[in-house]
Amino acid sequence: PSALSLEILAECSTTKARTCKLELPHQTVDTPVFMPVGTQGTMKGLTTSQLEQLNCQLILGNTYHLGMRPGPELLEKAGGLHKFMNWKRALLTDSGGFQMVSLLELAEITEEGVKFQSPYTKEEMLLTPEKSVEIQANIGADIIMQLDDVVHSLTTGPRVEEAMYRSIRWLDRCIAAQKRPREQNLFAIIQGGLDTRLRTICAKEMVKRDTPGYAIGGLSGGEEKDYFWKMVTLSTDILPREKPRYCMGVGYAVDLVVCCALGVDMYDCVFPTRTARFGSALVKTGQLHLNQKQYAKDFRPIDENCDCSTCKQHTRAYLNTIAGRESVACQLISVHNLKFQMDLMRDIRQAIIDDRYPAFIKDYMKTVYPAGDYPTWLRDSLASVNVDLNS
Amino acid sequence: MKFNLHNTQRAPGRLATFSELGRHGNTSMETPGCLLYTRCGSAPNLSHDLLSGIEGVPLVTQIPLPTIVESSDVLEAFGQGVAAFSGRPDTVVCTCTQDPGKSTPTGFNDKKSVSVWAAGGRKKLTLEGFLDLQEVLQPDLMEALSDGDTPADSSSKRVKKSVDRTLEFLDGCLDAKQSRQELRDVEVLGVIEGSELLEERLRSARETAKRPVAGYVLDGFHEESMEERTRWSIMKAVLNEIPEDKPRFLPRVGRPDEVLRAVELGVDIFDSTFPYEATERGCALVFSYALASPLPNDAVSRHTPASASSVDDCLGDDGGTVCDFDGQGENGDLNSRTVYEMKLSDQRFVEDFTAVVEGCQCYCCVNHTRAYINHLINAKELLAGVLLMIHNFHHFFQFFQSVRKALRDGTMQRLKAEINKCR
Ligand SMILES: [Zn+2]
Ligand SMILES: [Zn+2]
Repeated sequence: PSALSLEILAECSTTKARTCKLELPHQTVDTPVFMPVGTQGTMKGLTTSQLEQLNCQLILGNTYHLGMRPGPELLEKAGGLHKFMNWKRALLTDSGGFQMVSLLELAEITEEGVKFQSPYTKEEMLLTPEKSVEIQANIGADIIMQLDDVVHSLTTGPRVEEAMYRSIRWLDRCIAAQKRPREQNLFAIIQGGLDTRLRTICAKEMVKRDTPGYAIGGLSGGEEKDYFWKMVTLSTDILPREKPRYCMGVGYAVDLVVCCALGVDMYDCVFPTRTARFGSALVKTGQLHLNQKQYAKDFRPIDENCDCSTCKQHTRAYLNTIAGRESVACQLISVHNLKFQMDLMRDIRQAIIDDRYPAFIKDYMKTVYPAGDYPTWLRDSLASVNVDLNS
Repeated sequence: MKFNLHNTQRAPGRLATFSELGRHGNTSMETPGCLLYTRCGSAPNLSHDLLSGIEGVPLVTQIPLPTIVESSDVLEAFGQGVAAFSGRPDTVVCTCTQDPGKSTPTGFNDKKSVSVWAAGGRKKLTLEGFLDLQEVLQPDLMEALSDGDTPADSSSKRVKKSVDRTLEFLDGCLDAKQSRQELRDVEVLGVIEGSELLEERLRSARETAKRPVAGYVLDGFHEESMEERTRWSIMKAVLNEIPEDKPRFLPRVGRPDEVLRAVELGVDIFDSTFPYEATERGCALVFSYALASPLPNDAVSRHTPASASSVDDCLGDDGGTVCDFDGQGENGDLNSRTVYEMKLSDQRFVEDFTAVVEGCQCYCCVNHTRAYINHLINAKELLAGVLLMIHNFHHFFQFFQSVRKALRDGTMQRLKAEINKCR
């Protein structure tokens, strides 16, 4: 059972890129889609109306944080996170496991689940696959994620294999525990570290479970890019064409452009909003650290070609003046950064529809690397889908 | 710039239109009213887009010098003034020397300079430095430089000095209108000092009134600065001393009962730091300001604070001392919350899925619940301050609308009763 449908609008004739309409219970989402992360039921000082104006269609909430505060009971009473935060479009929640393992030193993984100590009550708690699904049911997102056994992408040895097989067993437990399959879509998460064999086994096993969508997990932890893209493309080769594919934790522009070429549909990353807090604005060529002195008398907008409200009303100099001092600065830069991500995805979709995605990729990379000094992984990954950056 | 009084009633309080404001002289504000408090030209927590979604935003923007003083070289390079620099080129700007939203450390002013506290620390403003800053800010109205550092226990010698220095600064500012081309069109507001000394207050008022100022600022009349009894009698005496045909500004007074009292004494213009301060302490303004009206076009809805107890129980003789009317504040801190606010971080709002103020038409109340804001405050999320600022501004601006209406309709007494009513 599934609470989504995927209509493929266009497929690139050269690369594996595709653009689709992903119909979810609360919103039809245009893919490839970038999902901003609203950890605690809110996005860095932006109102839900602002998010709608930025054309955000699907946002992410963190189960670990929401499960602690305001808590699943309250969210259930509120009628779910949608109602609680007054967000009418689609939501995705993670399983909570990854946050626990990365945020809590005392987290311990056993076959039963993730054992951890509540940072609020100091009580020992256990997040099982069943519990994760239950909390996510209370939160009520359109897409929920299985609890997986995450190991850091730099880990090697038998632990990687153990985690991979455990993730498959936990997927089965999540599927069995899911009570609302007609309202919520449970996504499987492919693990297996940077090992081709393990990734392949995992992907194939999960495809057998026929979940509504699939995520590629355990990457973007600082691993070599050479391995990263290979794991992604290996996964999309195995995954069924008619299901959405989600690459977790990816959000840098170059990575997004590449992963779209490798056939990924969905992405999430805290980066655009987190970096705004430190005064960093995203532009095609990278980031402007607006709190640096060089922008103090720079009376241009962040990006002359951006039509976000921040770029229309404010200069780099003004943002330099208030960055780190007035809380509104974070909001203003977040608006621009989200607009940047949304515009990038819109342009990618349009290029795929027009079947000129390879040209789009080359243009984009030329802007980012004007000297043509492309990193090896970039050349290789794109060459694997028939795009030669040097031609 | 024009200030037209048009009272129809004999009752106390002035209704007026403050007009021909701004670069193009095409802006006007109705008084009693308030300025828009900003920091660096931006309303606290709010982008211009969010601000423009609020009903009744004041047309005159207040920019406290401490929030912008460190950018004077940037503004000089920019060359188009602080309104354009902050992204609202068409707004009318009124600068003030100190930040009414923060308390100013005492004991740093001297004969030649006034100290202000910017993000990077103390800045000494001499008259020349102050005027240089005004040249690059290009405000429409500026509060003249003043030495208002006379806390309640100041000696009479110190108070005298503050009056003298402030008058000297005022003369310097008025002279600059002649000598500095860039300041020619800037309207200067005279600042009345004198602390709690009646004769000094009257001297300050009289001397200021002799000079060609555009209006009067009654400095140092906020709550902490003066004893409650003398405060109102001195304010009354000062207001009697200055001519009627110019606007009177009363900074840092915003509590609704005090606003009404000051309005009745003849004050015209307030600032909007009260809603800002309430936001900063995680509170929403909930006092009722609307009279049930038989008029069908009365858009202002009736607001009822959700407290079970009556405000009257905890009001002092003067109606409106600081207290905790919820009694149970589970978070333990009474803070400096006034009876006109609701502390939304309180445990009892965790499961309260009602609007902050039922019937309020602001973005916050139409779209969100007390439970959500409670969560945002507890999770230390920025959106808490955003939503509270939207509601509090809306509430405060609507309150002024109802003050003007009450003056027009002769229903001030009923409004006074209304704001102190809780059910
Ligand atoms: Zn922009
Ligand atoms: Zn409201």
